[in-house]
Amino acid sequence: MPLGLLKYGLSQDFPFEKDPDLPLPTDLKRQYDVVIIGGGGHGVATAYYLAKYHGITNVAVLEKGYLGGGNTARNTAVIRSNYLTPEGVKFYSESVKLYENLSNEFNFNIMYSRRGQLTLAHTDATVCAFRQRAEVNKHFGGRTELIDPTDIAQLVPTLNLNPANLPVLAGLWHKDGATARHDAVAWGYARGATQRGVELHQLTEVTDVLVSNGRVTGVKTTRGGIDAGVVIQAVAGHSALLAQKAGFPLPIVAYPLQAMVTLPVKPFLTPLVSSSALHCYIQQTSRGEMVIGGGSDPYPLYNSRASLPLKENLISSAVEMFPFLSEMRLLRQWAGITDMTSDYSPIMGLSPLENYYIDAGWGTWGFKATPICGKTMAELVATGGKVPELIQPFELARFDRFKQVNEMGATAASH
Amino acid sequence: MKIMTCPLNGPRNISEFVYGGQVKAMPNSQNVSDADWAHYVFYEKNDVGVVLEWWMHSPSSYWFIAERHNATDEIIRTYPADELFKQRVDFVPDEGAS
Repeated sequence: MPLGLLKYGLSQDFPFEKDPDLPLPTDLKRQYDVVIIGGGGHGVATAYYLAKYHGITNVAVLEKGYLGGGNTARNTAVIRSNYLTPEGVKFYSESVKLYENLSNEFNFNIMYSRRGQLTLAHTDATVCAFRQRAEVNKHFGGRTELIDPTDIAQLVPTLNLNPANLPVLAGLWHKDGATARHDAVAWGYARGATQRGVELHQLTEVTDVLVSNGRVTGVKTTRGGIDAGVVIQAVAGHSALLAQKAGFPLPIVAYPLQAMVTLPVKPFLTPLVSSSALHCYIQQTSRGEMVIGGGSDPYPLYNSRASLPLKENLISSAVEMFPFLSEMRLLRQWAGITDMTSDYSPIMGLSPLENYYIDAGWGTWGFKATPICGKTMAELVATGGKVPELIQPFELARFDRFKQVNEMGATAASH
Repeated sequence: MKIMTCPLNGPRNISEFVYGGQVKAMPNSQNVSDADWAHYVFYEKNDVGVVLEWWMHSPSSYWFIAERHNATDEIIRTYPADELFKQRVDFVPDEGAS
């Protein structure tokens, strides 16, 4: 190894130039069978599964910024499936299973790390809700159980069991809970997709969606027009704005969500810990940083600005949970725009246009769904619009039929 | 600190206010179609621009209307609800409801 390192250091040209993870940019073609708008995790995952499982490779992924630079880079990288509704649990469990094998499948390390996720209950009502979540989860093969404060103290000795004078009554312990490097997930999918012939076009913004007779014919971009057989939108944070360009409204309201990260320290916290009452979740990344996230902002906004009151709230909750965090320095803070739906479930599948498919409404639950979302959206495209069973409950038309999937297991939902 | 001007209490910290959703015209519940009702309940104006919203000053429980830009977060104007609602709105119960 030291010799290899020495050779690397003395090498005239960097090895990545000979064997790049992503191909160099090319010109846009005039026509693609499938155009995916949005080069985040969901977009490139869809392209990957299209190319790998369905042999569809005349695909362009159009990204206005850079690969995985939107909400894929802004989420807090929580992977879990301990939701409340059977529809949600089935869907997210599949995603967790896919995540477990992703590094092997890509031959690219996504730094997947199963830690277990612990959600704290501070009221009797929350304990009841958690009991239900544990049972639903177990029923569908997840590993979730209710544990008492003694077990919690053993699991996380550094945790304050009386944060903000809200004693911890019980915990929802989800052993399948995990984290991964979110950029690596996007890069792994993009690498796998482009190796199979998919084109990834960064710095290419879609300015208009061309529709005629209820069908999409193509898109206009900042680099010229493209004819498209099928168009998929996967633009978390701007889903409603893009859908309007295609000519239909989405029942989505955009809220900012703010998070932050401390300087790295030695590993001391294995599980991902979340408090239902304080609306605060904390985890230590594989690099040692403490990631702190919370609920969405209190009112809608298309803006990823930060606000001091929300940051103060978040920090005070984090310090209540882990008092010694007050000694640590923040490294950076940021915000992302979350597409909130009224039932805390995504909107996936068919749209009012015949060959235009939607992957939207990913609020605060998008990253954990990346693999299964890509897989099911690819299946939807490959079968010419036959909606896979797993995502049928998440159709856009559910709002018109009053058939919402009330997902109160979402982080943003109050318990 | 972001300031919002309450029509009743003057300029206050925005943390004293609660967002109450967009101002939407309610269709007549007696003869509206299911699709139109769903649209009224679940859809909001969500393009970038100025939106008309209900807000409440929490300590005084005073509800009013704000015009706000949903991308710049600029609060353009706040005013009492009676500027928009000039007369009493009566909600007639459905005939089928008991």
